[in-house]
Amino acid sequence: MNSEQQYIDLFTACRGLIDSHSAGALNALRDKAFDDFCRQGFPSQKVERYKYTDVASAFAPDYGMNLKRLEFAVNPYKAFRCDVPNLSTSFYFVVNDAFCRENSAASMLPGGVIVCSLKTAAEEHADLVASYYGKLARTEKDTLNALNTMLAQDGLFIYIPRGVDVERPIQVVNLLRADTDLMANRRVLVIMEEDARARLLFCDHAMDDRNFLTTQIMEVYAGERARLDFYELEETHAKNRLFSNLYADLQRDSTANLYRITLQGGLTRQRTDIALSGERAEVGLYGCVIADKAQHVDHNTLIDNRAEYGVSHQLYKYVMDGESTGAFAGRILVREGAQHTVSDERTANLCGSEARVYAQPMLEIYADDVKCSHGATVGQMDEQALFYMRQRGINPDEARLLLKLAFAGEVIDTIGLETLRNRLHHLVEKRFRGGMARCSECRFCS
Amino acid sequence: MMLEIEDLHAGINGKEILKGINLTVKAGEIHALMGQNGAGKSTLSNVLVGNPAYEVTSGRVRFNGKDLLAMTPEERAHEGLFLSFQQPVEIPGVSMVNFMRAALNAKRKYHGLEPMSSGDFLKLMREKRKIVELDSKLANRSVNEGFSGGEKKRNEIFQMAMLEPTLSILDETDSGLDVDALRIVAEGFNKLRTAETSAIVITHYQRLLDYLKPDVVHVLLGGRIVRSGGPELAAEIEKRGFDWIKEEASLD
Repeated sequence: MNSEQQYIDLFTACRGLIDSHSAGALNALRDKAFDDFCRQGFPSQKVERYKYTDVASAFAPDYGMNLKRLEFAVNPYKAFRCDVPNLSTSFYFVVNDAFCRENSAASMLPGGVIVCSLKTAAEEHADLVASYYGKLARTEKDTLNALNTMLAQDGLFIYIPRGVDVERPIQVVNLLRADTDLMANRRVLVIMEEDARARLLFCDHAMDDRNFLTTQIMEVYAGERARLDFYELEETHAKNRLFSNLYADLQRDSTANLYRITLQGGLTRQRTDIALSGERAEVGLYGCVIADKAQHVDHNTLIDNRAEYGVSHQLYKYVMDGESTGAFAGRILVREGAQHTVSDERTANLCGSEARVYAQPMLEIYADDVKCSHGATVGQMDEQALFYMRQRGINPDEARLLLKLAFAGEVIDTIGLETLRNRLHHLVEKRFRGGMARCSECRFCS
Repeated sequence: MMLEIEDLHAGINGKEILKGINLTVKAGEIHALMGQNGAGKSTLSNVLVGNPAYEVTSGRVRFNGKDLLAMTPEERAHEGLFLSFQQPVEIPGVSMVNFMRAALNAKRKYHGLEPMSSGDFLKLMREKRKIVELDSKLANRSVNEGFSGGEKKRNEIFQMAMLEPTLSILDETDSGLDVDALRIVAEGFNKLRTAETSAIVITHYQRLLDYLKPDVVHVLLGGRIVRSGGPELAAEIEKRGFDWIKEEASLD
């Protein structure tokens, strides 16, 4: 049986139910998404951008879906203590794909800033949502976009109006919570107008020891001169499957630093497409992956240089132990006319003897006055450094730990938010010391 | 007896380089080890500290009465053996502070002591740094990363000062040093000397030995010690080179 059929059947049977628990802007795109899904099906590994991940197998099992939008009898604000030391944030929960209302964070947001359920936003700000929703994550280009657009009923909406600087970081904890195996289709829409500034921190957690399958589509718009720091941190478990596509559109003179960090998970597949649409737009794209056992982490990135003087820096580092598999494919596209583009890309991988890493940097340049570079390394622990440390009395396990910390630390060190940087160094060390096998509480507070 | 090496045979990648080394070092002694490139000097130092790239094929080494070859590299370090590397390794991302703290506390743990408090540790770092005039900026950087040749060698002696070994092996610690750096390194080493500490100094030149004043000088040739003598032997090698020793050795 093909993996697509159950989703086709489900959609056909439940279309009315899906619509009735969602909102107009989301419902409006379902028909096209459904057609695109049926036409494309799940990508085989012959499709370039899905070469390293077996998508169809991940979607083959029968997961439950919460189409009727039943609320879980959990109040995460009480059940899930999360108090980041020294990092005060405006704090929100999204349980599976539903935004949790009860909180006091809203009062700390500057006037005009909206952080709410996407469904609510689509009802209260229908035109705003309709003009941005689904514009970047095109359903005809990617099956996951199609599947998510066809099924997603809710998610998160963030809006930062023109000129507003949101000083306090906005932290969103995505909690997976279920008593049976569950599929969640989450949608995130972030709109930053001209001169807006914000820092967003997303933490992915799984509260229950269930098989979870998440599709997540994030669309981020950064207006002219906007500044965004974006951090996504996954700490789930071996039974978690996360397919997360992030699309960002950067207008003239805007700057974004995006971090996608996996400390713990099962199967993680992340697509990150950044369009530098306006002149002098600048993006820093960073990935840090720590994997062991049978973990699978696949990053696929695209920097699409569409205007002059675009700048991008990419650094992805993987520390792969056990029988884990890692993949990185990063494509830099410089379109005709995108002169004076400066773009560099580097991936470095520390690969244990039983682990596997596929690294594939790509440059595609159609302009003649650009500065681009790419590099990829895959290697094992530096034996000389290891011996040097042992000669000084450091036992091999501790020496390896220090070397891994140093390796991953290069990415963490670039994080601008000091308290988060320190916290992540700590979390990475904790992960390497094996203190993160379970993930039933937010690691930002323990 | 601090170190007793008996008929040591060892090599790398299946090639025998040490072909029967016999050497005895007493507490408080400094032994110089001289010889041409490829004679086996660095192989001997690597074998003594347990570099896994080298294989010992036969022979015995006792360190303060214990079987040295049966110990892991870190146990040898805890027991008081230190190697000043010919080419100190750069470890990007690992700070000198974390590196030294891990090393020192590992040794303390081995000897049944509690980890040192942060305050005491940093104070110790400051004190020991002065011995080799190591800049505080260097001490805050990653291990050897971006250090000049001279700074790396000073950093080796700084680490020696921190760890207080009983037997130090200086593997061409003088190579790549200018006159001033050589003096700082040598004087730093001398400040650390006690009647209980010994050293094996591998060098090509008389200059370092002028500072360190070895008790015994050995000449290594073709994987064997072919001649031993007092400091005057080093002076003679400086004048005449090694050829005369080779000739005499081949006559034996």
